[in-house]
Amino acid sequence: MVELALPKNSVYGPGKIWPKPAHATKLTEFRIYRWNPDDGRNPQIDTFFVDREDCGPMVLDALLYIKNKIDPTLTLRRSCREGICGSCAMNIDGQNTLACTKAIDDVNAPVKIFPLPHMPVVKDLVPDLTHFYAQHASIEPWLKTETPAPEKEWLQSPVDRAKLDGLYECILCACCSTSCPSYWWNGDRYLGPSALLQAYRWLIDSRDEGTGERLDDLEDPFRLYRCHTIMNCARACPKGLNPAKAIAEIKNLMVARQA
Amino acid sequence: MAEANSSPLPIEQRRPLSPHVQIYRWSATMAMSILHRVTGVALYAGTLLLTVYLVTAAGGGVAFAQVSRFFGSALGQVILFGYTFALMLHVCGGLRHAVWEAARGFDPVSRNLLAWSSLIGAVVLTALVWAGAAML
Repeated sequence: MVELALPKNSVYGPGKIWPKPAHATKLTEFRIYRWNPDDGRNPQIDTFFVDREDCGPMVLDALLYIKNKIDPTLTLRRSCREGICGSCAMNIDGQNTLACTKAIDDVNAPVKIFPLPHMPVVKDLVPDLTHFYAQHASIEPWLKTETPAPEKEWLQSPVDRAKLDGLYECILCACCSTSCPSYWWNGDRYLGPSALLQAYRWLIDSRDEGTGERLDDLEDPFRLYRCHTIMNCARACPKGLNPAKAIAEIKNLMVARQA
Repeated sequence: MAEANSSPLPIEQRRPLSPHVQIYRWSATMAMSILHRVTGVALYAGTLLLTVYLVTAAGGGVAFAQVSRFFGSALGQVILFGYTFALMLHVCGGLRHAVWEAARGFDPVSRNLLAWSSLIGAVVLTALVWAGAAML
C-alpha cells in the first residue's frame, strides 16, 4: 500500500547539536538520524561537526570519528571498510550507498545520513533486515541439480561462466531493495531488486537444473511483477550492478517459456 | 528506561519506520515512472470527457452545443491541453517501457536519455497537435 506519510511514532524532529571539536580548522557538518529504543521518544536528527584534519576521507571514517570522539552511543553496522561486506549500507545525501566507499567530499554538506529507507529501525542507523534475508532465502540461492553429481566439480564453459558477471558480485547490502518505491509500498509481497537479481543469478547459471520450478515460484503478480522500472536500484547499487535489467531478463524468460 | 520497560508493546512493534520518500533524492527515471502512473489515471478522466463529447455529438442538438461551448471556453481549453499532454506523455512512456521490456537501455546513460526524451517527446507532440488544431 502506498503510504507517503510516516507513522506517528516514526515522525522525526530536530535533535541535539553537539559541540564543535576544539582547535579544528576544517569542519564538516553531519546530520544523523537517531533513535534509541530505550528512551521512549520519537527519532531525531542530531548535528555533529567532524574535524577533517583528524579524520579519514570516507563517510564511514566520519561516523567512526563521531562514535570515538563525540558520542559513543551512535549505533551503526560496519565491518570490512572496503565495500565487500555490505554492512554499512545507509542513506547518505538522499541516496543509498555504502558509507565506507562514499567519499565525504563527494557529498553535499551538511551530510545527511539516515538508515536504509522504509525499514523497521533497531537503533540509530541499524535497520532490521530479517524480512529482507527471508526473501533472499525464499528464492533458494543454491545450485539445484537432478543429474547425478559428477566425480569432480560441475563444469562450466567460460562463455557460460561470463553470464554470471554482473550478478555474482552482489553483496546483499540491501541498498537496492530499500531504494525501490515498489518495495516500500509492497515489500511484504514483492521480492525486491536484490532477491530478484539473486534469482536471476541462479536462473542463468548453466549448471542449475531448477529453472522451471524457479520460474514457477516467481510467476506471481507481486513477487516479480511489482517492478515498474523506476531504476532506483541500479542507481543505488554500490557495486555497479543492475537489478532492474536482471528483472527484465526474468520477465523475458517467463515469456520465452510460454512460446 | 522505566517508561520503555513499562510499554505494553513488544519492541518489534515499537520500532519506527525509517524515512523513505521524504528523504530519497529524485532522479529522471523515478519522476517519469510516477508521471506515467499519474497520467494513466488522468487519462481515465480525460477519456470520460471525450466520451461525453462523442455521445452528445451523436445526439446533436442543445446538449452538443453546450458541451462544445464548454470545450471552447478557457477552462475547457486548459483541460483539453492537459489531456493532450497526459496522452502524449503516456504514449511516450509506453514506448520507453517497450524498450526496457526488451531488456535494453538499462545502462546509466541510456536510461536517463530514455526518461528525458519521453518527456521532451511529449512536449513536442503536444505542441504539434495544438499547432495543427490552430491551423484548422
